[in-house]
Amino acid sequence: MKKVMMGTEAATMAAKLARVQVVSAYPITPQTVIVESLADIIGRGELKAKYMPVESEHTAMASCMGASMAGARTFTATSSQGLAYMHEMLHFTAGERVPVVMVNCNRALAAPWNLYCDHTDSLSQRDTGWIQYYCADAQDVLDAILIAYAVAEQALLPVMINLDAFYLTHTSELLDVPDQETVDLFLPPYKALSKLDVDDPKTFSIVCGADLFSSIKYKHQRDTLAVAGIWDQVAERYNSHFNRLHPTVEAYRIEDADLCIVGIGTAIGAIRQTVDRLREEGLKVGSLRLAMIRPFPLEGLKRATAKAKHVIVIDRDVSYGAEGIVAQEVKAGLFEHRGDVSVTGFVAGIGGNDVTVDTIIPLVRQAISGDGDAVEAGMSLWAEVLP
Amino acid sequence: MSEQIQAKRELVTPGHYGCPGCGATVAMQQTLSVLGEDTIVVMTAGCWSSLIGIYPYTCITVPVVSVAFGATASVAAGIKAGLTIQGNDHTTVLAFAGDGGTFDIGFQPLSGVVERNDDILFICYDNEAYMNTGIQRSSATPAGGWTTTTPDSARKSQRKKNMVEIMAAHRIPYTATASIGAPADLKEKLEKAKNIKGSRFIHLFASCPTGWRHATELSIEVARQAVKSRVFPLYEVFNGDTWQISSMPEKESVDGYLKHQGRFKKMSVEERAQLQKQVDSDWQRLIDRCQALKAAG
Repeated sequence: MKKVMMGTEAATMAAKLARVQVVSAYPITPQTVIVESLADIIGRGELKAKYMPVESEHTAMASCMGASMAGARTFTATSSQGLAYMHEMLHFTAGERVPVVMVNCNRALAAPWNLYCDHTDSLSQRDTGWIQYYCADAQDVLDAILIAYAVAEQALLPVMINLDAFYLTHTSELLDVPDQETVDLFLPPYKALSKLDVDDPKTFSIVCGADLFSSIKYKHQRDTLAVAGIWDQVAERYNSHFNRLHPTVEAYRIEDADLCIVGIGTAIGAIRQTVDRLREEGLKVGSLRLAMIRPFPLEGLKRATAKAKHVIVIDRDVSYGAEGIVAQEVKAGLFEHRGDVSVTGFVAGIGGNDVTVDTIIPLVRQAISGDGDAVEAGMSLWAEVLP
Repeated sequence: MSEQIQAKRELVTPGHYGCPGCGATVAMQQTLSVLGEDTIVVMTAGCWSSLIGIYPYTCITVPVVSVAFGATASVAAGIKAGLTIQGNDHTTVLAFAGDGGTFDIGFQPLSGVVERNDDILFICYDNEAYMNTGIQRSSATPAGGWTTTTPDSARKSQRKKNMVEIMAAHRIPYTATASIGAPADLKEKLEKAKNIKGSRFIHLFASCPTGWRHATELSIEVARQAVKSRVFPLYEVFNGDTWQISSMPEKESVDGYLKHQGRFKKMSVEERAQLQKQVDSDWQRLIDRCQALKAAG
């Protein structure tokens, strides 16, 4: 069924279609719409689930973890400060290997306060052991959440689905809503392999020695790496039901490109338009959207940049004292097999600055010519800095 | 009779990592012996997360999860929600945390959980300091008490936080104090708590010879003395408004309670007198609360 929906509504619809059993959440702009709607859907009995209106995000994640350990399919949503407040429980939930799925609406972190789009909130959580996926549009939100449950429950790892604040959370788009029966075929009820069960008593996460600890963490790493493949398989199965593809990377016009622009989230739309515009000028430009950041889609990056001599990364985030986080990831990924490629990283669009064709084209020209308005700060070039 | 005993699985087995004379182990043993096999235990950083054992060894034979320090109540509530939605309405979810995990870092989630009246039993085994990390002050440490962060040069001047009043103020169905030195009373309260739906909170006094600096064989005696001296009165609060004293000990001076414990060694005569005054006035306040109810009823 075709419907016009905001990104937040698509997320709510996906949670409902996934028949989540426990929702535990705390309000924060711009995520609030999601948990408000779920409270009402559950309240009206349209979804048989327990809604926990908790007193903090730390508790939201802690109770999702508990519910998941008891064998229930769980959902939560947060943003920015809320995600930061969950930090301890993000590590814990991943360590317990439970398939919690969470929506994070990418918003700037204070101080100073700012409600708008910025990826530093989730990218600074990339080492917590969660799978991270960044949506490009509202259809992607709905579909990726359903795929995420199937992946999480197969890999026994939590998945974070990221939506750009306002560009995605509060923009209405036309999308195709799958019917419940087909979703049920794609995503059967969750059956936990191991759970808190008085008939099969087990002890979870008590102290263990160094040897076992490192073996457990090695398995976590190995299983996380395997998710790149699992996602693509599950996404292919999703495609067979719904005829829509959601791969871990999406390349655009890169076949002969010697310049590749890399980005995540909604900015990829403007990046692709930029590619088209610069192609008209005769430049061999392509682009790559990294939909998945954890595990890092190394093979996809290698394939897409095989012919590139120059890679430009647009980061809506920063790791202070280093550079944009995606640029770091791309450099690390290319380092092993490409000594002949240069990477230029821009920090642009943080705190809600629009990333448009008109802002990207000058950055690309600056990357090529070395001349432009973006200000150098260590290894990154900053757009939009006041004089 | 012997058959009955044999049929019962031991829920806390010998071989824990606790210190000799550990009151917290007695607390768990007494608790699980009443709650039984249909129980899931959520514990947190604290003595119990260490003394349960090192994987793959454990001394508890019901399901256990050991969680982040502040998250005992919130994980327990999540587990209960997960069980309920799958049709299990019988399993007791027991959150078992020390005073640090209850009075301090676990306070906000606990308040949230009981405000929503989530169906869990929260037991705080109170040994009046961060004992697992080596005897640091918590907000449950009594005034005048020595700890490593309230050393003799700067002993604690603030009173112990009154956790039961705070829990009762949430109007939860059941709040009680109990002591490992009064096992029959504890058993009765656990049975009551087990059969109540909604949030239940038991403040369980559990002596700690290592941190309180008393002889290991005196753990039960010290816990008894706390009740007898009215330093730790035993009572129950139903629905936040019906207060009921569990036992009315003859008045004994606090000196009998203080004398066994090295942590109070440096208390001056004036400080002891001040403590006695406080204990007396707290006791009177409690009696008044209970009698006001009787008069009204």
